[in-house]
Amino acid sequence: MRELLQAVATAVSSWAVPAMIGTILVAALVRRLPVYEEFVEGAKEGFQVGLRIIPFLVAMLVAMGMFRASGAIDVLKTIASPLLGAVGFPPDLLPMAIMRPLSGSGAQGLLAEIVKTFGPDSLLGRQAATMVGCSETTFYVLAVYFGSVAITRTRHAVVVGLTAELAGFITAIWVCRMVFA
Amino acid sequence: MLNWIWIGLILAALLAAGVQDLGLVQLPGADAAVAEKGSRMAAVTEAAFDSAKTAVNIVIGLIGIMAMWLGLMRLADKAGLVQLLARALKPVLRRLFPDVPDGHPALGAMVMNIAANMLGLGNAATPLGLKAMEELDKLNPRKGTATNAMCTFLAINTAGFTLIPATVLGILAAAGSKTPHAIISTTLIASGVATITAIVTAKILERLPAFRLPPHDPPTADEPGAGKEATR
Repeated sequence: MRELLQAVATAVSSWAVPAMIGTILVAALVRRLPVYEEFVEGAKEGFQVGLRIIPFLVAMLVAMGMFRASGAIDVLKTIASPLLGAVGFPPDLLPMAIMRPLSGSGAQGLLAEIVKTFGPDSLLGRQAATMVGCSETTFYVLAVYFGSVAITRTRHAVVVGLTAELAGFITAIWVCRMVFA
Repeated sequence: MLNWIWIGLILAALLAAGVQDLGLVQLPGADAAVAEKGSRMAAVTEAAFDSAKTAVNIVIGLIGIMAMWLGLMRLADKAGLVQLLARALKPVLRRLFPDVPDGHPALGAMVMNIAANMLGLGNAATPLGLKAMEELDKLNPRKGTATNAMCTFLAINTAGFTLIPATVLGILAAAGSKTPHAIISTTLIASGVATITAIVTAKILERLPAFRLPPHDPPTADEPGAGKEATR
């Protein structure tokens, strides 16, 4: 059953894009659109969008990079460890929780480290894996998406993103404890 | 908000590096990083410049993929496929994005972005999402300020609902896990909770005084006053 599910999942992932391209081209042909010309016309926008994102992404990544390199996360972990233990949050997962919304590669690096230290099939390893899987690099998404349309007044977007992240993490830790412990 | 987080991150970095270099805080295992660069502060400086460079490299890589998807999206749009998708999912979309008119291309682009995210097709998801943002911004009477629809859309995006977390499975498998797929079910539950939380919080917060859209625009040359729709 598991193998079948995995086979289906792999097939869907590798066929989704070709199927989409095929459908679009056939639909465009049926409508008698000048397919090649329209494609090129649309593709022209790609460069502008890229240029528009650059300043927003530079701002975000510079702040993330400095934060990561400073060891601020480890300082926080040292300070907050006793507190976290008291509420049942594994202190070893705190760096992951802070890193996840800031940097995708950073969070993956931390996951690899946790998995190496505690074992890939350990409770902690699975909790960390679930945390990475159930969330997104919130600040990267916000910078790129809002940046592409030059939005600087983001209203509740940040609070919503971080609340969702926290809800996901708490669920991840709790569900893994229920299922695997 | 983003403003304060940005300032906070940088000041936290300077503070953390400062206390370590002054010997006020000793971190286990931090010696390796410090030995390589000389000091924490030097490492922070280098990270700032490296990150700035990385940002541009990411965009350069994105431009080609963006161009391809935007070309395909224009075809899909002109062929009526995007509108078809938007109409098919009308009942859900009307609740999520009440401010976006029926059959608007933004809806189709958002559906395609969310679908690509669920399938774990990151390369496709970002360009489709940016297309959706562009379409949503056409409905935005206050340029530079996020609309309710944008915030709800990004809420769904930042919750990152994925059916198969491929990267995570890869990391577990590479570490020699016997049952990497055990985490698929827990991830589905956790990301489901995250997504529902995201949508509900977005819907509640958009009405709070602190986040509500301003009723009056600052009087600028190209924007109409309150109570009138954009005439462009």
